Amino acid sequence: MSKSVSLITENYNKYNPDSIDEFINIGGFTGLKNALNMSSDDVISIAKASKVMGRGGAAYPLGKKWEQAKSVPGDNKVVICNADEGEPCTFKDRSMLEKDPFRLIEGMAIAGYTVGAQNGYLYIREEYRHLHPQMKNAIKQAKEKGYLGKNILGTDFSYNIHVYSGAGAYVCGEGSALIESIEGKSGRPRIKPPFIKQCGLNLLPTCVNNVETLAIGTALLTHGAEKYLSYGTSDCPGTKIISIAGNVNKPGVYEIPFGLTLREIIYDIAGGVPGNKAITLFQLGGASGKIGPPSLLDTPYSYDDLHKVGLVIGSGAILVVDENMKPLEFLHSIQEFFCHESCGKCTPCREGNKQIAHILDRLLAKTQKDTDVDTLIRLAKLMSQSSFCGLGETAQSALLNAIRYFPEEFGLK
Amino acid sequence: MKEIKLSINNQKIVVPAGTTILEAAKEVGVHIPTLCYHPDQAIKANCRVCVVEVKGSRKLSAACSTPVWEGMEVITTSKKVLDSQKGVVELLIASHNQDCLNCQRNGTCELQNLAERFNIGKTNLDIDILTLPIDDGNPSIVRDPSKCIKCNRCVETCSKTQGVDVLTHAHRSDQYIISTPYNLPLGSTLCTFCGQCSAVCPVGAIVEKDNTEQVFEAIENQKKHVICQVAPAIRTALGDAFGLDDGAIVTGQMVNALKQLGFDKVFDTNFTADLTIIEEGNELIDRITNGGTLPMITSCSPGWINYVEGKYDHLLDHLSTCKSPQQMFGALSKSYYAEKMGIDPKDICTVSIMPCTAKKFEAQRDEMNTNGVRDVDVVLTTRELAKMIKMTGIDFEVLQEKEFDSPFGIGTGAAVIFGATGGVMEAALRTVYEVVVGEPMPSIDFEPARGLQGIKEADVDLNGTVVKVAVAHGLSNAKIVMDMIDKGECPYAFIEIMACPGGCVGGGGQPINTTMATKSKRIESTYKIDKEKLQYRKSHENPAINKLYEEYLEKPLGHKSHELLHTHYHPRDKKIGNIKLK
Repeated sequence: MSKSVSLITENYNKYNPDSIDEFINIGGFTGLKNALNMSSDDVISIAKASKVMGRGGAAYPLGKKWEQAKSVPGDNKVVICNADEGEPCTFKDRSMLEKDPFRLIEGMAIAGYTVGAQNGYLYIREEYRHLHPQMKNAIKQAKEKGYLGKNILGTDFSYNIHVYSGAGAYVCGEGSALIESIEGKSGRPRIKPPFIKQCGLNLLPTCVNNVETLAIGTALLTHGAEKYLSYGTSDCPGTKIISIAGNVNKPGVYEIPFGLTLREIIYDIAGGVPGNKAITLFQLGGASGKIGPPSLLDTPYSYDDLHKVGLVIGSGAILVVDENMKPLEFLHSIQEFFCHESCGKCTPCREGNKQIAHILDRLLAKTQKDTDVDTLIRLAKLMSQSSFCGLGETAQSALLNAIRYFPEEFGLK
Repeated sequence: MKEIKLSINNQKIVVPAGTTILEAAKEVGVHIPTLCYHPDQAIKANCRVCVVEVKGSRKLSAACSTPVWEGMEVITTSKKVLDSQKGVVELLIASHNQDCLNCQRNGTCELQNLAERFNIGKTNLDIDILTLPIDDGNPSIVRDPSKCIKCNRCVETCSKTQGVDVLTHAHRSDQYIISTPYNLPLGSTLCTFCGQCSAVCPVGAIVEKDNTEQVFEAIENQKKHVICQVAPAIRTALGDAFGLDDGAIVTGQMVNALKQLGFDKVFDTNFTADLTIIEEGNELIDRITNGGTLPMITSCSPGWINYVEGKYDHLLDHLSTCKSPQQMFGALSKSYYAEKMGIDPKDICTVSIMPCTAKKFEAQRDEMNTNGVRDVDVVLTTRELAKMIKMTGIDFEVLQEKEFDSPFGIGTGAAVIFGATGGVMEAALRTVYEVVVGEPMPSIDFEPARGLQGIKEADVDLNGTVVKVAVAHGLSNAKIVMDMIDKGECPYAFIEIMACPGGCVGGGGQPINTTMATKSKRIESTYKIDKEKLQYRKSHENPAINKLYEEYLEKPLGHKSHELLHTHYHPRDKKIGNIKLK
């Protein structure tokens, strides 16, 4: 029996994503109708009761985020759907855009109603440009049918959705850099405060939600919080869309209940490692996520259980690395990524990544200086403590965990 | 205002809400290191050298950008903080040109100061410097990207303060650079050469083009008669370079130092500032009475001229045709003075001491020559003069005061206030009012033109005709005024515009570490000189000017004036290669 489930992804392959009628025929927009029949406070109560954590990587509670967004004064507010899914090995949001675009639109409308926004912005990473026409078509149809636009379903709620494309920068997954990008500036993060919830896109109060989070919103309003809560464990209820790849037999997107172990996910869901090779390490949450050794494979996939062993869910990516690759080689490839993606604005990230890359080069070539490992650790800590934004802060997550779990790679004990 | 209680290194302090950790720390005598921070600019928080510990925070906090909150506990002295601050400095140095001894900013470099502060010694980091061509293809400014620490102060000054928008950031990660449109050299952009970028650069990445050697050579050359003129805004700023109080008035010491340096004559640009007023005042009266193009706009600030030639080239008729005081001086030095002294103009070397990098550009413009020679041969900024004084070991602080030489040594109070924003307007009105109305202005101190407000305006009643005038300083304010003219919504008849915020006291060639606070002090001193130190306060009362007209020029706007003291303007080529020099 499959260990994956189907709640957020319940509509995948059930309808033609170009057809709003088919979506409506399978119960689409029920969540939005339900939401419009209650107060925004009631919607927030449902979000809070569901204990859903935001799926953008920071795991900020959804109910709290909507509540704060709603309480910010202002007649003109903005919802942004962050579809800049840039973490390597992360492609679960893409599956939603591809297979259930209307659920996302419904979720954005629910969010807009809840926080009191008039406009929603769907920011799609440049690499998903092939999905722009489908999303634009979905928005057009939703507007024609009265699910977007003026006085939605005969209520006072009016709301439009605008599609924006990224230009290929990883850092634009960070909320304020994303906003800069929509505003036509180069994608670099802003100083906080002011926080974007008070002063975001075009200086308006802005609520940024991830694609999956908004899709969950639709599920919560369609089926109630209880349905969501019936999955998972008591400490960590609900389901999660994951994307698993690397050295597994069946890479792909799966919806799982929280609480499965990593081993169950890798072996039972993703079909194990090709050639039954041993696992060297795995990385959770994309390039900025942490890595773990095979000894941690029996850890349940839940926020708390992972946190206890120094891991995070992050973007929901699970990357499996088999024995053909050494931890140092893996770190080297991650480092190349960050050397490419640092925006260059702040010193620790711009210069730190470059210095770390030099040291990893030498470690890999076994030409390191005596001081290199100390310098490596010092710079990784400096970056995580002093960088301007989350990119620099988390760029060395894998390295710091490698030092913890694979000390011998660095000549440490 | 709501008050916030917090502690910094266990010292309790109460500050107004909105205060940053950096500001609060200063109050308790803790100086948190900074690099990208500049008191006159927006907070950038990109260098990260000001990170401190805030109890309860997961990460360190940038002191420059973090506002204090009630009960906040800040620690700035822990090893964790010092290691991080030192680490940032080390990272910057590892990617920075290592040749401090050969750098123009040796001794005034903020990165160098921090290296000293953090006891930076041998580093374990890789020295990895992005090498890009040095841009020295213009007369004013040199950019050396290998020294850039990417603080973005220059970008803010160029894009926000000046609205010129030439400097910007480009690319990312370790390829991140401060660049120009299409990475063109400054000389091929619409750079105005105002030099404000060089004045805010914490390191030696943007500096004035150094012309000190040329001057030493000229003085050494026995065949050359080397004279200098000193702009009004030097005498209240030069002292800064020698550690004197901000705004210290050092006119006499400055003249003494210049004489010791070996100049044959030391003259005052104030003389030709007065001359400018006579010519420009008459030009204004002529335009008002004969239906000339109005508003008329002043033309003393070469950064401003470059700006308008680049961005508003269809409005060039609004510029006064008067050359700037520097160039009027130059022209007279190669004509009237040469004749009077019996020296071949070719043997005269005219050096200007200016608060300004754009003056270097102005001096090299095609049209700025007289009798077949350049009006002005070399332009030095205040910073370069300070270097020459230091190099020769002249102890500036103990210098006796000396007087300017004649015939270009007399300047009025009206001329000295050219150094402050609004000064040219005020000086012009002192004369124009009297010429038109026939009696002195009710108050010689024309307050509406004074102060640091970006755009100032006033009504002046000239014998029943109310004339609206305005003053703008900083090119972003100039833009506002120019857009009004462009739209046909400009109510003014006469406008003073200075490229630099604060006017020439805040010029791009003034001593390093000039802030708006310093500029205020210099402006105060400027008005003090006008009020207390000079015999005459109106340009038309300058006896040397009157003598000049009697002996040589005949009359304002006359044939000789036209030939020597007036000029014309060209649109700048907006594509590439817009420098048209001698």
